Amino acid sequence: MNSLKKDLRGEVEDQDLDQALENFRLSVYAWSEAAYSRPRTASVARRRRSWRPAAAWALGCVLAAGSLAGGLYDRHHRRELARIAAVQAARQRQLAAAQHARMEDANLMATVDQDVSQEVPDAMAPLAQLMDEDNNR
Amino acid sequence: MAAGTAIDPMGVEAAEESAAQEFARVVETHRPQIFRFLLASTRDLDLAETLTQECFLKAHRNWARFRGESTAMTWLMRIAINLEKDHWRNRRMQFWRQTRNNAVDLDEAAEWLPSGERTAEQQLLARERVAKVWKAVAGLSERQRTVFLLRYVEEQELGEIARATGLSEGTVKAHLSRALVKVRGELGGKP
Repeated sequence: MNSLKKDLRGEVEDQDLDQALENFRLSVYAWSEAAYSRPRTASVARRRRSWRPAAAWALGCVLAAGSLAGGLYDRHHRRELARIAAVQAARQRQLAAAQHARMEDANLMATVDQDVSQEVPDAMAPLAQLMDEDNNR
Repeated sequence: MAAGTAIDPMGVEAAEESAAQEFARVVETHRPQIFRFLLASTRDLDLAETLTQECFLKAHRNWARFRGESTAMTWLMRIAINLEKDHWRNRRMQFWRQTRNNAVDLDEAAEWLPSGERTAEQQLLARERVAKVWKAVAGLSERQRTVFLLRYVEEQELGEIARATGLSEGTVKAHLSRALVKVRGELGGKP
């Protein structure tokens, strides 16, 4: 160790610096020895400070849960709107189809009536003629 | 299995007990030095204690793999340096916490100078200069601080420092030289 100290002195080449470094070393040794044999109070200190990380975690959890719930609600809301719009569109399509079918039926009946009224069997022609004359009167 | 190669359970037990005793001796011998290095590096009593515990826990887990290529002290110091490095790396990620919030004040650290046979005035002057060294050490980079503390507090050889830090001797010398320039500058000498 003595040769090492000589080396250290040679390395520093400055009396003041050498003395300051030696005092620094002694202060570290004294502090370390005192700290090493001190009564341990670490658990008390930790307990006093432990609410901070717990509160930070709790706040973080609340924020995360809030944003997650908000996201889920928004998604659910959008889905509900889309479902209502789809139901309404389907109902309108059904109404349009029903109306279209009714119109087709009416047109068909009208065509049949017209055909029936125009094409009378030969055996009933005199009777039809009489009906036309009565109508003209 | 041949009879000659059968494992003797009594022999295994004895070897385990011997290893445990050996490790206990290592802890007893080197624990104060590891703690001192970590205390000087962090200036935080609780942190230095925690890291010292972790260091010996890690060493205990890997004791069977320690082949004695370096001294136990160098091996332990290497573990301690890596733990400290990991600690600061993890700490940087936790941006909401203040770093070094438990570290003692630089002037407070300088108060620990033994009085010796000095006058009150000499003591005051010496404390002031020690506080300046602490200030310079606090301003060093992680590597420079480690190398500086191993050399001027733990009084290790350059080769030992190189093995403990995983750096080459040349790099150790370079870090040491830069650290000394900063310390000298802080003390008001020629940089």
